Amino acid sequence: MEETKLIAKAIVCGLSALGAGCGMSGGIGPGIGEGYAVGKALEAMARQPEMRGTLTTTMFMGCAVAETTGLYSLIIALILIFANPLIGQIG
Amino acid sequence: MSINITGARILVSIPQFGGFMLTETVVTTWIVMALLVLACRFMTKNLEVHPTRKRQVIAEWIVTAVQNLVGDTMGKQYLNTWYVPLIGAMFALSAGCSLSSVVGAKAPTCDLSTVLGWAFFVFAIITYLKIRTNGPWGYVKGFAAPVVVMFPMNVISEVATPVSMALRHFGNIASGSVITTLIYGGLAGLSSMVLGLLPGAVGDFLSRIPLLSFGLPAVLSLYFDFFSSVLQAFIFCTLTMIYISGAADPGE
Repeated sequence: MEETKLIAKAIVCGLSALGAGCGMSGGIGPGIGEGYAVGKALEAMARQPEMRGTLTTTMFMGCAVAETTGLYSLIIALILIFANPLIGQIG
Repeated sequence: MSINITGARILVSIPQFGGFMLTETVVTTWIVMALLVLACRFMTKNLEVHPTRKRQVIAEWIVTAVQNLVGDTMGKQYLNTWYVPLIGAMFALSAGCSLSSVVGAKAPTCDLSTVLGWAFFVFAIITYLKIRTNGPWGYVKGFAAPVVVMFPMNVISEVATPVSMALRHFGNIASGSVITTLIYGGLAGLSSMVLGLLPGAVGDFLSRIPLLSFGLPAVLSLYFDFFSSVLQAFIFCTLTMIYISGAADPGE
């Protein structure tokens, strides 16, 4: 019985770590999106250098908002590693 | 070298009052608040019509900067409202809390409770303004726009506002602290492994000093501690302003 619990715990821990790693692939989306936003902002700045201040501020705002989904996956990964709710469910 | 990534330490725990716990977060936040109040008191002492002291010039520059920020983001009609000091205080507290990690404290914004508290505060202001602008019935009716079927979605998106604000701030600061800890641990392990290859007592001695930890963490700290802290404070304030001006303006 004790051994079964240990194996169950090992499986849950291993799969949680795997899940955290896979979950962080959610960082790909914001990376692409932010790169796109910064590239477009650079194009705009090259065309109209006098708009630099406004463009930079707006770009950072957009980047921060686009980053949210990546941060959600980061928080899920952190929960899975440091505060796993699934381990407590084993008997 | 062991790597420790933990939440805020609990300093004092009292079982009464429903398990009250005094954490590092609360202590650091109060210290930052006290420092900000002291700085404000110091800079606004003996104000003059024509400033001659440096501190009054700095204070006036800060006030003008916050006014410009609010005026540019929300519109000129909000220049003399209570939103200006609110945004200024919020920016100072957020940036101060995040920057406290520079002196070695654990940043209070690394704790989800802190930023969630701020986000719910902002949410309360937004809801109050929406009810004041549209009336209670108009507020409820706003959820049923554009069609009644959208009611649950609108409620969810309304609740998601403070949650996403809090998670954005928390996630950025916490990920910075986790990455910094990992880099320190990794570099210390690497240097003890590389320098341990040296023969004899010299290698044994050198491998105990994390020599590779010099340099690179300082550059990363410049980004994670200074740039990211101020940027997140700025973004939190900008989002607050956008939400407030959206809630205070009567819809077309």
